[in-house]
Amino acid sequence: MTAVSLGIPAVPPRGFGNISELEPFPKYAKRELGNAQQRRNLTHATHTIRDKRLKVVSELPDWEALRDAGSAIKTEAMERLPELLAQFEEQFTARGGTVHWARDAAEANRIVEELIRAAGPDETGPDENSGATEVVKVKSMATQEIGLNEYLEERGIAAFETDLAELIVQLGHDKPSHILVPAIHKNRTEIRDIFLREMPGVDPDLTDEPRRLAMAARAHLRAKFLSARVAISGANFGIAETGTLGVVESEGNGRMCLTLPETLITVMGIEKVLPRAEDLGVFMQLLPRSSTGERMNPYTSLWTGVTPGDGPQNVHVVILDNGRTRALADRHGRSALHCIRCSACMNVCPVYERAGGHAYGSTYPGPIGAILSPLLTGIEAEENKSLPYASSLCGACFDACPVKINIPEILVHLRGEDVEERRSKPGARRLPSQFDLAMTGASWAMSDGARMGLLERGLPLGKAAAGRYGVISKLPGIGAGWTQSRDIPAPPAESFRQQWKKRDGSRPATDRPATEGESK
Amino acid sequence: MSARDDILARIHAALGTAPAEVTPSAAEVTSGGAEVTSGGAEVTPGGGEVTSGGAEVTPGGGEVTSGGAEVTPGSGEVTRPYRTTSGLAQDELVALLVDRLEDYKASVEIVGRDGLVEAIRVRLDGKTFVAPAGLPSEWLHSSLAEHAVTDSREAPLGVDRLDALDAVVTSSAVSVAETGTIILDGSPDQGRRAISLVPDHHVCVVPVETIVGLVPEGFARLDITRPLTLISGPSATSDIELERVEGVHGPRILDVLIVR
Ligand code: SF4
Repeated sequence: MTAVSLGIPAVPPRGFGNISELEPFPKYAKRELGNAQQRRNLTHATHTIRDKRLKVVSELPDWEALRDAGSAIKTEAMERLPELLAQFEEQFTARGGTVHWARDAAEANRIVEELIRAAGPDETGPDENSGATEVVKVKSMATQEIGLNEYLEERGIAAFETDLAELIVQLGHDKPSHILVPAIHKNRTEIRDIFLREMPGVDPDLTDEPRRLAMAARAHLRAKFLSARVAISGANFGIAETGTLGVVESEGNGRMCLTLPETLITVMGIEKVLPRAEDLGVFMQLLPRSSTGERMNPYTSLWTGVTPGDGPQNVHVVILDNGRTRALADRHGRSALHCIRCSACMNVCPVYERAGGHAYGSTYPGPIGAILSPLLTGIEAEENKSLPYASSLCGACFDACPVKINIPEILVHLRGEDVEERRSKPGARRLPSQFDLAMTGASWAMSDGARMGLLERGLPLGKAAAGRYGVISKLPGIGAGWTQSRDIPAPPAESFRQQWKKRDGSRPATDRPATEGESK
Repeated sequence: MSARDDILARIHAALGTAPAEVTPSAAEVTSGGAEVTSGGAEVTPGGGEVTSGGAEVTPGGGEVTSGGAEVTPGSGEVTRPYRTTSGLAQDELVALLVDRLEDYKASVEIVGRDGLVEAIRVRLDGKTFVAPAGLPSEWLHSSLAEHAVTDSREAPLGVDRLDALDAVVTSSAVSVAETGTIILDGSPDQGRRAISLVPDHHVCVVPVETIVGLVPEGFARLDITRPLTLISGPSATSDIELERVEGVHGPRILDVLIVR
């Protein structure tokens, strides 16, 4: 995969945590497709956000210039990563913060636990040596990726999600299904039922009106915010030049966590670093408009180490690898690390819209998940093999992406890696020979007009196989996988080439009757 | 090998660059900058948007990017063809800001210097509130005194105390008209972050000369090492069936007074 100089072992270690499929995508997706409520919710959500996004994006005459700049800044940041991370560390430390480094999920979880224990006891702790036993959390993809909540829970530390959607997911013992609106698969009645069941002291007459539900969450979390001594966050950006961290949010739960507790622990992937403060002028336009479809999200907090007398005085950041260097080592895939987690690609993806976020297994669903998860674990990790195929390659994600990540190209690249990898493993789970044959056959046929013509003569047979509805719902052999989740239209009785031959092929194209293109 | 050195070595391996110069300690990065990033050059041709010349050293990043000629080909200035000034006159900026803030359900009033005291008085009348110690004392009408408390970094109020108050009044550092964003930077007239967060009603004064057109203009005016809070309307969520609900955890009422 990668040619690396210096004799350093070629491929950096894979990442671990919630970045894997639970079962192959087609299997999970097929089950999820049966959930009509979820499909309705998802269709409504993705279409609403995407219309809003288009509207606010079209307000900016320089949107494409911003995308170009965003992409260039991210490319630069990746090239200069060691230097920028060291600079970030230096600046953050100089301003009173402490920097920790974690190779993988396990190490990050351990560091966070130690920091919580060191923060001293809180009122709810069993004894004064136990350290804090409750922490509040701002929605963060990185901590979800490393499974921090579960890790802490096993060790007697309760981590309270404070974002409304994350709270719904946590109380519902559920998993997020979208990176921006994680509870979008739930409707209001389901949410009310979760609150009635799981929220201590909730008004038993709670209705399913969103305002009432939001206020119930406010009341539930208020006491936690005011008493919490430790908060955990992710970061949208880390500015190398100044050692500044930033969190973008809507509800104010982020501000609560980032401002009120004494100890603040931030988990940040190595790829979040930006070179300069000036770069915020780009990303603070790209992110809100692509994400929630707003001109600006209600709240953004930026902090640089410790500000004496204002906010947490014990400030930490855990810089996380967990497979990111592995993704970085993949020349063709590394731009997946440019992702700013806006979720625009999800909202335009026809596969995501139908299958939903859970089908991707990983913390990262949708088009970006289909490339990022296998890049973090390595495509040869058995569990993420089907993800690069979870796409129709329609290209909508590429058009929507504010930092211009060419997701379809990376999907194709990863498919290629997967095929190569299977082929190269003697005796291991080899490619189904039919697949190999079909691919070889196709390339043989398509590379020569005469062979192609021969094949096309078989077309009427397909027509016959299709039956009275004109669709084929079960293909034999390797094709069976394709028809498992879809019907395919029967092939036409004649190919374009055959039709063309019958006509006067020398006539200029403009003379052709308009109907010709509509061959069934 | 420490996790730090391990990760940095992995990154170098991934990028195909030489690790030797960066690993010893953070402090030495400045001198090593040139060698570290020089390897990046082979990647950039693909990332065409990065300019090659980059004569100008980035503001503030001077020490690190000064690694010299070797650095610039790979990691010089990013071209910034996007708008960095709006070219709008002050009246247009004010009108745009008002429009955007109202779109977010904030209430906005434009007042003259001499109208400010009354505008604040009307909004805080009968309420208990906190004001940062550096707020100009002439802004607060004498009749408000009995319900007012002050807060500062040196003499901070506890969160329970803040939670018991109805409102907060602050000034602001910079506002961005195009996005309807008000930015607080923790200066003495804006106070600690907690005071503009915990009380449910925020009365925020925006001096007209602090209004800029665009987001990049806003950041150009700020010292980002200060604790910054960007506020665009009251707290809101769309987490339940995407229906917008104002006021979840932050202040549920945002009153903006633009002072000419
Ligand atoms: S890949 Fe692009 S569109 Fe998708 S979440 Fe990341 S930044 Fe947004």
